[in-house]
Amino acid sequence: MSESTSAPRLTALHKTHEEAGATLVDFAGWLMPLRYGSETAEHTAVREAAGLFDLSHMGEIRLIGPQAARALDHALVGHLSKVKVGRARYTMVTAEDGGVLDDLIVYRLGEEEYLVVANAANVPVVASVLAERAADFDVEVVDESADHSLIALQGPKAVEILAPLTDADLDEIRYYAGYEHTVAGIPVLLARTGYTGEDGFEIFVRPADKAPEVWAALSAEGARHGLVPAGLSARDTLRMEAGMPLYGQELTADLTPFDAGLGRVVKFEKGDFVGRAALEEASRTARARRLVGFVARGRRPLRKGQDVLRDGVVVGTITSGAPSPTLGRPIAMAYVDGDLDTTTGAFTVDVRGRGEEVDVVELPFYQRKS
Amino acid sequence: MSVPTELGYTAEHEWVRVEGDIATVGITAFAAESLGDIVFVESPAVGGEVSTGEAVGEVESTKSVSEIYTPVTGEITEINGALEDAPETINSDPYTDGWLFKVRVPGELPQLLSAAEYTKLIEGEN
Repeated sequence: MSESTSAPRLTALHKTHEEAGATLVDFAGWLMPLRYGSETAEHTAVREAAGLFDLSHMGEIRLIGPQAARALDHALVGHLSKVKVGRARYTMVTAEDGGVLDDLIVYRLGEEEYLVVANAANVPVVASVLAERAADFDVEVVDESADHSLIALQGPKAVEILAPLTDADLDEIRYYAGYEHTVAGIPVLLARTGYTGEDGFEIFVRPADKAPEVWAALSAEGARHGLVPAGLSARDTLRMEAGMPLYGQELTADLTPFDAGLGRVVKFEKGDFVGRAALEEASRTARARRLVGFVARGRRPLRKGQDVLRDGVVVGTITSGAPSPTLGRPIAMAYVDGDLDTTTGAFTVDVRGRGEEVDVVELPFYQRKS
Repeated sequence: MSVPTELGYTAEHEWVRVEGDIATVGITAFAAESLGDIVFVESPAVGGEVSTGEAVGEVESTKSVSEIYTPVTGEITEINGALEDAPETINSDPYTDGWLFKVRVPGELPQLLSAAEYTKLIEGEN
């Protein structure tokens, strides 16, 4: 799905980003902030204080109706009917052959109401697949992506910054929970979710054009706590350190959730669903590959697409790589052959013909102290 | 964006400072700003002979890898070893502490852009 021929879409916060001097890039058909100043400083701010992200390119698809829960159990790999109202789940939608079409966060807003959050590039696919798979159920599927802005407030200072601006008791909102509240007097879906490895919130603003007010209020309150606006570059290194997969890199339509080491999101106990047969097969057969973390000994960054070698023999390919601001070294996630013993041998990454020495590490690279 | 008037420039966003037969080369503030945080520098080998336009090293930022082309012909006499541990110096001080390498230029210098010409060039790219 390429939208590169048409002009990128602008979020409701576009003017705010321009005024902040952001470097903007076309990402999945949207003009998004890559960074505002130093992406490393933005990354560090999120780890040590807080960062504010515009994620309005993400898609929101609402399912509403008496059979919303059953429709999602049929359409997705997760057991969404089991999710309590006010809670959220990380899940996936696969094709009939088990290949991942997208990874999703699904919020249960009511007994008969869910909000499915999809990656920007996959919104058209997810919306049409959900509509198609829900056709035989008593439920309405509405792509509301254009109606929402999404702002993420992430970092250890997130609670302190948000508390004075919301009617919510933030202690009551657990990780992976989301409720209707107000922020800066504007009605929002306030969720304790994120993609950075830190505590934080995702704030769904509807109508979308109210986002600048929410952003401005958070910026003003956050300034004394070290809050900075953060772009997609920092978001990518933050999620990489946290060992979180990115669709298009760790997850693709050529891989099942089991191939990606995320078979736990597939809930067979719920009964039949789209892709079940293929996924049962995938769960039984030995995984063809496995996602492994590498840290370089040198400083040269590791990048997506580079080969991983053990004792000079190619054993895998990097799916995501970047210099890690927190570790101070280049890191990478790579798929290696499933039966590969990663405890022995000398590992290198082929960086344009040069063998960079790397060490195998457990994912994630970074875990916050709780 | 600062463009010091005493330096020469190339369309590849390098600057050159000439002192006697030694040319010091770096990348411009505009280039550093466009690349983002620089995290790795691959310098040329000291003693090597290089010719104008040749790729002699690499600068890597968080998101990208860029080749460094030498704007002059001659022998590499010195590299900025401090960049190995502090590549971010290129972002903070592109025209001073962030220099990349020095070349002994025996012959004539190639035609370089003046600060005014280079400023016009980057204004066109902005």
